[in-house]
Amino acid sequence: MFKWLHPLAKPETLYHFCGRLFPWLMLSAIGILLFGNLWGLVFAPQDYQQFDTVRIIYIHVPSALLSMSTYTMMAIAAFIALVWQVKVAQWSVLAIAPIGAVFTAISLLTGMAWGKPMWGTWWEWDARLTSQLILLFLYLGVIALYGAFSDRQTGGKVASLLAVIGIVNIPIIHFSVEWWNTLHQGASITKFDTPSVHPSMLWPLLISLLGFYLLMLALVCLRLRTAILEHEQHRPWVRATLGGH
Amino acid sequence: MNARRQKRLWSILAILALVAGSIGAMLYALQQNINLFYTPTQLVEGIGADKIRPEIGQRLRIGGVVVEGSVVRDPESLLVRFDLVDTGPTVTVEYNGILPDLFREGQGIVAQGHLVEDRLIRATEVLAKHDEEYMPPEVAKALKGIQHVPPSQQTATESAGGY
Repeated sequence: MFKWLHPLAKPETLYHFCGRLFPWLMLSAIGILLFGNLWGLVFAPQDYQQFDTVRIIYIHVPSALLSMSTYTMMAIAAFIALVWQVKVAQWSVLAIAPIGAVFTAISLLTGMAWGKPMWGTWWEWDARLTSQLILLFLYLGVIALYGAFSDRQTGGKVASLLAVIGIVNIPIIHFSVEWWNTLHQGASITKFDTPSVHPSMLWPLLISLLGFYLLMLALVCLRLRTAILEHEQHRPWVRATLGGH
Repeated sequence: MNARRQKRLWSILAILALVAGSIGAMLYALQQNINLFYTPTQLVEGIGADKIRPEIGQRLRIGGVVVEGSVVRDPESLLVRFDLVDTGPTVTVEYNGILPDLFREGQGIVAQGHLVEDRLIRATEVLAKHDEEYMPPEVAKALKGIQHVPPSQQTATESAGGY
């Protein structure tokens, strides 16, 4: 079933695969993000009670969703690294982690900037806010653990284990607004129901979301290529590719 | 799949199940502490199987919907009094301060303060809690009959009720 994936476990093949993918991903990400965010931030209508403040949604919701998707991706890579001991899977854990950490930080900061004018507070120890903060710490923990061992192999294993265990937090973040009384409102688009956002605001939001996904994949490709080169720098294929001596 | 991989697969799944189980048990035990606020029903009838009710004088947060027509303002000061409801009984909140812009009758809010009487809370902070629905003003007016005017922009005649 996964036959087509096997060649990609070879660093050289994956390096070239990511290289071919990167320009397409990056160009479409820039185009779609510009279009979606411009539509949302400038042309979409105001909200009936939040007025212009609602426009933070076009950054906040995509980055919050991305922080969770990126974590899931990283946990899957870590799981493959632990069970099948695929080298490139372990390298991609560290390639993905900082990208997810930045999305998490963006979602927390934009959330604070949104909470102050609307709720009346920058921060509240609400279940949704707290579990999202824990997600940031999980990302930082994975990065720190990876670097805490002088042997990269050991560091990679321990960090992968933390990444796999941390997946427990993802459903907690998602369902926190249903399981407990929280200041944060329920889900607007990630539910099996009609989205509670009016179409005139939903479309720019979904387009921005697609743009964020493409940007994340482009950045992962870029970082993974660098990681492969770093680990394989003494291999003949790298010298041949880069035209070194 | 060879035996070593299979062993690793099962041990990781076992670790994951153990961690998920223990965190689940922890969150279940801490349920009352994780809830950010009491709802009016929980305040009056108590929480959980033991029906634990907060004591008079206890610091707490209460969250509910502002009852239509229950907002009474003192024309001389910032003092305001309103009722909160979820699905059952109502609870009264007294607050002396500036209300958030999202405040209106029918809006969800979370107030922090002390329980003064059985169903009376003197709040020191009122936060607005909005729902997950977003729509342009015309749609809100047509669909739900809501025309939101922030408290800071309401004229004195509109808001001056007796106290």
